[in-house]
Amino acid sequence: MNARGVVLAGVGGQGVVLASAVLAEAALQSGYEVKQSEVHGMAQRGGAVVSHIRYGEAVASPVVPLSSADVLAGFEWAEALRWMPYLRPGGALVVDARRIVPPGACRDHRRWGVPYPPLDPTTIAGRTGEVLLIDATGIASELGNAKAANSVVMGAVSRFLDLSDAAWEKAIARFVPPRTVDLNIEAFHAGQGADTLDPADIPELGLDPLPERHYHIDVNEEWCKDCGICPSICPEFCLALDDAHRLVVVDEEACTGCRLCEVLCPDFAIRITAPVEARGGAR
Amino acid sequence: MTTLAIETRERALLSGNEAIARGAWEAGVRVASAYPGTPSTETLQALVHYDGVDARWATNEKVAVDVALGASLGGARALAVMKHVGLNVAADTFMTAAYTGVGAGFVIMVADDPGMHSSQNEQDTRLYARMGLVPLLEPSDSQEAKDFTKLGFEVSERFDTPVLLRSTTRISHNRGIVTLEERQDVPVGGFRPNPAKYVMLPAYARGRHPVVLERLQRLVEYAAELVTEEGSDSKVGIVTAGVPYQYVKEVLPDARILKLGMTFPIPVDRVRSFAATVDKLIVVEELEPFVEETLRAAGIDVEGKAYFPRTGELSPDLVHDGLAALGLVEPRSTGPEPPTTVVRPPLLCAGCPHTVPYWSLKRIGATVTGDIGCYTLAALEPLATMDTCVSMGASIGMATGLAASGGSDKPVVATIGDSTFLHGGVPALMDAVYNQANITVVILDNGTVAMTGGQEHPGTGRTLAGQETRAVDLPALCRAIGVEDLHVVDPYDVSATLRAIEQAMAYRGPSVVITYRPCIEAPVRIKDRPFWVDAEACTACQLCMNLGCPAIFWTSETFEGRRKVTIDVDMCTGCTLCAQLCPPRAILPVEVDA
Repeated sequence: MNARGVVLAGVGGQGVVLASAVLAEAALQSGYEVKQSEVHGMAQRGGAVVSHIRYGEAVASPVVPLSSADVLAGFEWAEALRWMPYLRPGGALVVDARRIVPPGACRDHRRWGVPYPPLDPTTIAGRTGEVLLIDATGIASELGNAKAANSVVMGAVSRFLDLSDAAWEKAIARFVPPRTVDLNIEAFHAGQGADTLDPADIPELGLDPLPERHYHIDVNEEWCKDCGICPSICPEFCLALDDAHRLVVVDEEACTGCRLCEVLCPDFAIRITAPVEARGGAR
Repeated sequence: MTTLAIETRERALLSGNEAIARGAWEAGVRVASAYPGTPSTETLQALVHYDGVDARWATNEKVAVDVALGASLGGARALAVMKHVGLNVAADTFMTAAYTGVGAGFVIMVADDPGMHSSQNEQDTRLYARMGLVPLLEPSDSQEAKDFTKLGFEVSERFDTPVLLRSTTRISHNRGIVTLEERQDVPVGGFRPNPAKYVMLPAYARGRHPVVLERLQRLVEYAAELVTEEGSDSKVGIVTAGVPYQYVKEVLPDARILKLGMTFPIPVDRVRSFAATVDKLIVVEELEPFVEETLRAAGIDVEGKAYFPRTGELSPDLVHDGLAALGLVEPRSTGPEPPTTVVRPPLLCAGCPHTVPYWSLKRIGATVTGDIGCYTLAALEPLATMDTCVSMGASIGMATGLAASGGSDKPVVATIGDSTFLHGGVPALMDAVYNQANITVVILDNGTVAMTGGQEHPGTGRTLAGQETRAVDLPALCRAIGVEDLHVVDPYDVSATLRAIEQAMAYRGPSVVITYRPCIEAPVRIKDRPFWVDAEACTACQLCMNLGCPAIFWTSETFEGRRKVTIDVDMCTGCTLCAQLCPPRAILPVEVDA
């Protein structure tokens, strides 16, 4: 048998590393040569995490070559897409329908859009064999602990691998916390029987870009006493005190119209005027 | 990665680091010293679980090598462990330990990080081997990681030399099956004073340099014994070592390969006789053209970096491309363009006590020299408050120099973690006080080495083995150095932290702010009552978003054209920072009515 390759991908805290340890152990229990490779260090909770597992009669590279994974398991939709180039033509895709919006991608204060990829199977059409889109997190929650979602995903993964239930169960018992062994084995079997979802039934995130708005920061210099309150609160750093300790508008373009400066000014010296659209395009 | 409990089975799945620990234990190692550094950290964390080994964290890598060398001279087999850049710190002792030689076996395990998964450069440790004239072993999987570690102790004693064991991220963090053996009983030999060997006065050192060179000649011969040759007849021969060997085997299982176990010194004559049996000789190696240039300098016609990149990590795919360019395999079929997905930049953890010091520096405005640790992430949006990050402890000296240059139009502030400060920052703070630098040093004290997963250090009051010990008192240390303007503040108190940093920056001369709060993740995961966002009250001002907390993100709801926020209650640690900032008080503890 050629070495089998599995790529597990998710977000820090989802249990990707634990799941890969379980798979590697199950392959070891089954008498195979095994290599498992992961990269960690900068992967704080919330960062992208990926682990490669290869097993067979003989395994050389610890890393799955591109276009050669038999199974790609995404613990989250965007991470599944990220590692698609590793899946071989006809390889199986298992993916939890969960979507984890990265806070680091919530940065566009002009259009307010998050470029999270739509949960749209046509974006991966022709790249995969069977696709199992499952509600792993929901299934695990119903069993009593959403954290067991990784075992649900691995149950679904097991459908495409030739490892016995006994080997999987032994491996799970070896790696999950002792009190959660039964729950995780139950979650694993639930994953083996999980139904695939219709993407049309999954609501959109509603994080598409919004219409742009531009604001004008109007400072009444006669009333302003350069107290420094507004530059210390402005979320966008539009206002500053200059070297002479005078209030200056340094970046009007960045103003999002939150009006914190206007509301907090003790002297009513600042007005944020309405969006351009509302004023017929003039600024 | 969780460190496995000690394996009792004969065949176990071990990471390279765990295998090296196992190999050291089987070789009868008695003293092991290290400073944590990805990808080497788990080695000592695994070794400390074995009986009969005194495994300890050192203040820095130089101390680790000093300790291990001292133990070796005492006649105990000794191991020092570090990441590649750690050897820069330890280089002083390393270079002269090559002259002193050893008492009992002395192995220095160095983990390189090609591709810089978690490092500031990708220097190649093999160049240090050549500079120090110290032999270097290079394993290609977990089994060899264990075997070569054991071999390293034998080579060290047989040739009276320190031995470098070079791992890489793909060795250290790859699990593979390892056959376990029993521990050898290697008694402590005892210290035998020998000033001509161990006191490197010029007169004595002059006597040792020729010994080192003579040793090197014998090592070249020995290196030929660690060569394995395989593969069927082919016109092209491939010289390789380490994990690139696995990639070659993956792409071309029947390749004609000469695999080196020792890549310094290189058994050049052995390679020459291999080269004579092929029409073309190729070297596949990661990072520098180290083997390639050595062979070429010896007059062997060879190519390597013409086909394989000199930067970054190799992969089966890059090796495939190189071998395809050589006509040895068909080019690989590249799949369709990957689907577009969202970027997921790393962020400081929810509740990270480093957040507010950087948030404050951004509000105040400063030129900020940074250092090595989790807090280097403050260089990224939205905090984006770090102007330099170079090496362990560099923040303070660089701040001193930046201030001395007169080139910064803003006040200069150095930011450094507790462990990094003890590792390499203390001499620089002494220098700043001695030369009365007009800088502020913010010591971000979270009571652990957080970046590498939460290790103990001399400031935590606990050893690697978990025993209580004396802890360095950071404020007392700063005062003893001569710092007169010293502030200690809780970084969960937003206004107090902002004010302390402002006050310190107003001081003329060296000032220090110690922000003290335990790391949210280690030694214990801290979780207080989480917060939620009352969407009715949220005005979407984005003040909370500017903390860069990974538990806060946008929702589909908007207010005056801006996105409102929500909090992931599972991820929220209840640190209260966002609630302290929220102008409309829309962020509330759960189970409290709005």
